[in-house]
Amino acid sequence: MTKSSKGQNKVLDLDRVAANGLLSRRHLLSAALGGAGLAMARPVIGQEPGIKLEIPAWSKTPGPGTSPYGSSSAHARLERQSGFGNPLYPGGGASRSPLQHLQGTITPNSLHFERHHAGIPAIDPAGHKLVIHGLVRQPLMFDYEDLLKYQMVSKIYFLECSGNSGALLYGGNPDGTAQSLHGLVSCAEWTGIPLSVLLEEAGVLPEARWIAAVGGDAASMGRSIPLDKAMDDSLLALFQNGEPVRPEQGYPIRLFNPGWEGNTSVKWLTQIKVTRNPLQFRDETSKYTDTLPDRSSLQFTFPMDVKSLITSPSGQMRVTQGGIYRVTGIAWSGAGSIRRVEVSADGGQTWGDALIESQQLDKALIRFSIPWRWDGAPAVLQSRATDSAGNVQPTRDAVIAAKGTINRYHNPCIQSWGVNTAGEVTNVYV
Amino acid sequence: MFTYKRLLKASTLAACGVAMLVSTAQEQVKLGQTISEASLAEFDLIAEPGGMGFPPGSGTARQGRTIFESRCALCHGNNGEGNSAATVLVGGNMQSTDSPLRTVGSYWPYASTVFDFIRRAMPANAPKSLTDEETYQVAAYVLYLNGLVAEDEIMNAQSLPQVRMPNAEGFIDQSHIQ
Repeated sequence: MTKSSKGQNKVLDLDRVAANGLLSRRHLLSAALGGAGLAMARPVIGQEPGIKLEIPAWSKTPGPGTSPYGSSSAHARLERQSGFGNPLYPGGGASRSPLQHLQGTITPNSLHFERHHAGIPAIDPAGHKLVIHGLVRQPLMFDYEDLLKYQMVSKIYFLECSGNSGALLYGGNPDGTAQSLHGLVSCAEWTGIPLSVLLEEAGVLPEARWIAAVGGDAASMGRSIPLDKAMDDSLLALFQNGEPVRPEQGYPIRLFNPGWEGNTSVKWLTQIKVTRNPLQFRDETSKYTDTLPDRSSLQFTFPMDVKSLITSPSGQMRVTQGGIYRVTGIAWSGAGSIRRVEVSADGGQTWGDALIESQQLDKALIRFSIPWRWDGAPAVLQSRATDSAGNVQPTRDAVIAAKGTINRYHNPCIQSWGVNTAGEVTNVYV
Repeated sequence: MFTYKRLLKASTLAACGVAMLVSTAQEQVKLGQTISEASLAEFDLIAEPGGMGFPPGSGTARQGRTIFESRCALCHGNNGEGNSAATVLVGGNMQSTDSPLRTVGSYWPYASTVFDFIRRAMPANAPKSLTDEETYQVAAYVLYLNGLVAEDEIMNAQSLPQVRMPNAEGFIDQSHIQ
């Protein structure tokens, strides 16, 4: 390792936790690095004689006043990225969250990922009904206004499409970004009524084992959910991050199944039919099933696996000069909470523990970070999460060994970001 | 004198207009309006694998060809060949050495899903615009294109769910993992 003349780097050398520049997470807690953004080594105090600060123009002119619905700064405008639209079927498709530009754990509602099967229905809540029927003592119909009068709970949960990160199984995508490769995951506070409350009001009959949930979109998209889940933590979500659920997220009512593949959280919920057996809808037979090398296919793969991702530095970013960077990312698990995230800068040969910056809630995103000193040499950055059930995030090779390359769903594999000598960050496979 | 007790009383009175229905955390409101299953005859579109939920009516592939060509072929082609991997309806072999093409014929485990999906979601540009009779006809045609029924075989609530799908045994239920 090169000896640095700067005293600060010398201290950090003593706290290497893994090869190729990874430093102890304790440094992120110390004021010495400033903590925010790209924490580069600072010049010594008193060595900046050329700087002369002036009062900026915006401090001399009164600005506009209040607005009915706020928006982001023109200098910090983030966008979802749309993909795989079929021109003959414009309502179908998806948009992805700009993970590489977000911090913390909550996804703003305007940036929460979308996946629609027949576009966003223009629902007037006054005409929207939720029906619960089938194997119940008494079929019931609920008005939206009446649902607002029920006791509610608020929970922070991630939501991930089971097709997220599927492109990594194809290989390629050297120009992939955190958003384009992994942006079908988001996290929000969901407020609503436990589904169990309304099922109990209707009176579930003893022979019932499943429910069918159907949305009010043009596809009337349906999914079968085991009754055990419906009675456990399934939520009728009416609010997202404090405001009514957005139309693209299922306004006025979204079924929310914490930790489970996103497609089961049926949007625009209008029908719940309690049944003995699953209904075998198109989106649980033809789609969202995982075909294995022996040509059998896994069906009803519900919980999303433990997973993490470095969001900065990530694909198409560039580290511009040698120094100390805050490597940061997100982790989540459908099986519980995140207990540990490790980071490697040498393609998985050595690992250092990252700092978990956020709360560690069940089935919610966490934010992690670790300081990394880049000295201009090539590096491969990876992260690896462990959840409260003891599950450890697998490598891409392990996922492919277990499930082959036909399948495109439920891929939790470790992401590798290569950093070349020019500081360019790309999606790589190691 | 302003006391906590008076404050509590005042706030209770002020809030009772909206809060009367929510008495305690333990006692839930019950605002579901009772309905009958019969009232859902037009609303419930679920056609189950066992045959429950299929409407009256029937159709054959021969009858379905005309409507398929006029309403479905734009995306699916006249013979189900599709215009993309997402719209191809026929062919494929799960045992091929390459990544298998997964279609209604090669992949779908239940014939009921063909009827159910057409009725709720197709044609994509005008979902739910086919009559039940037309839905049986188009479903029969899609099954016929896959060699699963004869051209004049009558598909109805009894016969359609019974159509044997080649990949019926190809799925492993993971629903016990929750």
